[in-house]
Amino acid sequence: MSEPLITLEHVQRTFDVKGQTITAVNDVNLEIPAGEVLCLVGESGCGKTTTGKMIAGLLPVSYGRILFRGQDIAALAPAERKSYRLGVQMVHQDPYASLNPVQTIADILAAPLQHHRFTRGEAETRKRMRELLEIVDLTPPDDYLDKYPHQLSGGQRQRVSVARALTVNPAFIVADEAVSMVDVSIRISLLKMFTRLKDEMGVGVLLITHDLALAKYFAWEGRIGVMYLGRLVEIGPARQVVGHPQHPYTQVLLSAIPEADPDVTRAKPRIALRSTDVPSLLRLPTGCTFHPRCPAFAGEVCAREVPALKRAGWGSDVACHLAQAHEP
Amino acid sequence: MARPTLSVRDLSIAYRARRGQVQAVRGISFDIERGEALALIGESGSGKTTVGLGLMHLLPATARIVDGSATYHRPANGSDATAREIEVLGLKGDALRRFRWGECAMVFQSALNALNPVLRISEHFADTARAHGYLSASGQSNALRERSMDLLSRVRLDPERVWRSFPHELSGGMRQRVLIALALLLEPQLLILDEPTTALDILTQRSIMDVLKELRSQLGFSMLFISHDLALAAELADRVATMYAGRIIEIGDVRTIFQNPYHPYTIGLIKAVPTLAGDKEDLTSVPGSPPDLIDLPTGCKFHPRCPLADARCRSDEMDQTEAAPGHQVACWRWPDARDVLKSFQVK
Repeated sequence: MSEPLITLEHVQRTFDVKGQTITAVNDVNLEIPAGEVLCLVGESGCGKTTTGKMIAGLLPVSYGRILFRGQDIAALAPAERKSYRLGVQMVHQDPYASLNPVQTIADILAAPLQHHRFTRGEAETRKRMRELLEIVDLTPPDDYLDKYPHQLSGGQRQRVSVARALTVNPAFIVADEAVSMVDVSIRISLLKMFTRLKDEMGVGVLLITHDLALAKYFAWEGRIGVMYLGRLVEIGPARQVVGHPQHPYTQVLLSAIPEADPDVTRAKPRIALRSTDVPSLLRLPTGCTFHPRCPAFAGEVCAREVPALKRAGWGSDVACHLAQAHEP
Repeated sequence: MARPTLSVRDLSIAYRARRGQVQAVRGISFDIERGEALALIGESGSGKTTVGLGLMHLLPATARIVDGSATYHRPANGSDATAREIEVLGLKGDALRRFRWGECAMVFQSALNALNPVLRISEHFADTARAHGYLSASGQSNALRERSMDLLSRVRLDPERVWRSFPHELSGGMRQRVLIALALLLEPQLLILDEPTTALDILTQRSIMDVLKELRSQLGFSMLFISHDLALAAELADRVATMYAGRIIEIGDVRTIFQNPYHPYTIGLIKAVPTLAGDKEDLTSVPGSPPDLIDLPTGCKFHPRCPLADARCRSDEMDQTEAAPGHQVACWRWPDARDVLKSFQVK
C-alpha cells in the first residue's frame, strides 16, 4: 500500500479541568489513505471532535504523533507546514457561527484565494469563485456572490463553508457534525456533495457524527470508526461495522438506535446494559473502559487489561478481549 | 364512542416581529384520543413547538392566539366521580393552575434549565405539589413522599439516592427522568413532550424511550410528542401529524404515514432519513428551503418546492381531505404524489 495521507500513532490528548486532568483521547492509532471516506462515530465525550481537531491541526497532541504524508505535523519545515495547513481543511458544525456576517460570499471566498495566490487579479478570482460555487451546487453562482451569510439558509451557508475550504485545493476535509444543524429534508444533498468531492476531485473526508445511520449511508464505500470514552474500540468497512458489529459497545449502540420505520424499530432486539451510568472521564474504569456496562463482561481480564485494537471478523479491527479473529 | 382527551380546532397562533406577523400556527385541528400518543413532526419553524406552548399557556409575550379552541375532556372514574370538560385556551388564574400539571403536564428539551439548581429533588416534588394544591394538607407529606418515590422508581432511578440530590449531582438522562416523574406527580391525563431526548446520548435516549413506553402502558395517559426526529416518532407514536409552515399537512396512523404517505413533503422527509437496517438505500432531498413565515407564498405553502405544483397549487391552499379512512392529507395532487420520489432522489 502507498503511504497513507494521515497517520495517527498512539495519539493522546488531555485537558486540565479545575486542577484535574481528563484524557479526552487515549492511544488512538489510525491510518487514512488519500481519498478515503471515514466516519468517526460515538456519543458526546467520546473524543471524536478532539480527534478531528488534532488531525486538522487546530489542537496539538499531548502524546503520540500525527503524520501528514509521512511527516510529523508538529515538526514540519515552513514550506511543508504550509502544504499541510492548506491540505487539511475543517468544516464546522454551526453554519451560523462559522461565516463572518459582515462579509459577502465573494469576500469570504476571495480572501484565501488571493492570500495564497491561487488566483491573480479580479477577473481570475471571480472566475474561480464561480467554479467553486458550482461545485457546491450554489447555482447560478452570480446569485450568491454578493449576498451576505444572513441572506442564506443553513444548508446554503454550509455549502459556502465547503466552498471556502475548497479554495485552497485541500486533499482532506474534516467535517465535524457538518450536517447536524441542517434541516432533515436537505441533509442528503449535502452529503452527496461531499461524496462528489471525493469521487471527482479525490478529496478525502472525515465525517464526525453521532448519527450511525447517517455514517452508514455516507461511508458505504469507506470505513466507520467507533469511539468510546477516548478510545477507538472498533473500526472497519462501514457495511460490516453496521451489519456485523464485533465490539459489544457497537452492538449495544446499534440495538438502541430507533429507526424511522415503525415495524423495523419496534421489532429490533434490545441488548441490556449492565449499568446505564456513564463513567466520568475524571475517573475512568480500569482495564476496558466499557467493562462496568458491558453485557458480555467476562470477568477479571476485562477489568484489568486494556484490550488492544486487533483484527477480528468481517475485516474489522476491534478492541475487546472477547473478539475472535474469524471469518464467518 | 369515548370522547377524545383533547380536541383542537382551527388553532392559529402568531408572533409579533419587527417585519410583521409571524404566522407560526395557521388553523390546525386534531384530536388526541384517550391513551393515545400523537407525534407532531416537522422541521424547525414548522410550528410544532408553538402548538405545545400555546396549549400550556406558555407562549412568550410577543405571541397571540389568534383563533381556535382546545377542549380537554377527563371522564369520571373511581377516585373522581365527575367528568370534566375544560376549554383550555380561555383558562385563567386558579383554573389554569389546576389544569397545568393536574390535567396536562409538559416535559421540555432542556432538563438542566427546567430544574432549580438550589433545590433538592425532594423539594421540587414538594413545591410542585404545593403550587398545584396537591396533598398539601398537613399529615399528607408521607403520602407525597410515597407517591414521588414510586414515580422515581418507575422511571428507573434509585429513589433514595435521587430524593436527596441536587440537580447538578445527576446526569442529563437522570434529570430528564426526574422531570418525567415530576410531570406525572398529579396524575395528568395528557403529557406534552417537546423534544424530550434531543440533547441526550443514544443510550440515554433509549432508556428514556423505554421508560415512556412502560409508563404509558401502566398509567394510560395520552401523549402529545413533539419532535423533529422521525425515528422517535416511528417508535413512540400511535398516530403522526406532519407540520409544514404552520399547518398539519398530513395526519394518520404511524404505519400509514411512514409506509404509505401521500403528501409530497412527508414523502420527501421520510425518505430523507437513512436507516441502519439493510443495504444503502436511495434517499431523497427536498429542494429549496422552508418559506418565510412573515411573507408566505400564495396557495399551498409547499408549492415553491414541489415538483407537482400546478396553477391551482399556486393560487389556492387546500384543506385536509380523507385519502383513506383515518388518513387526512392537504394536497391537491395527492393521488399522484408518489411521482415526486423520482425528482427528490439525489443522484
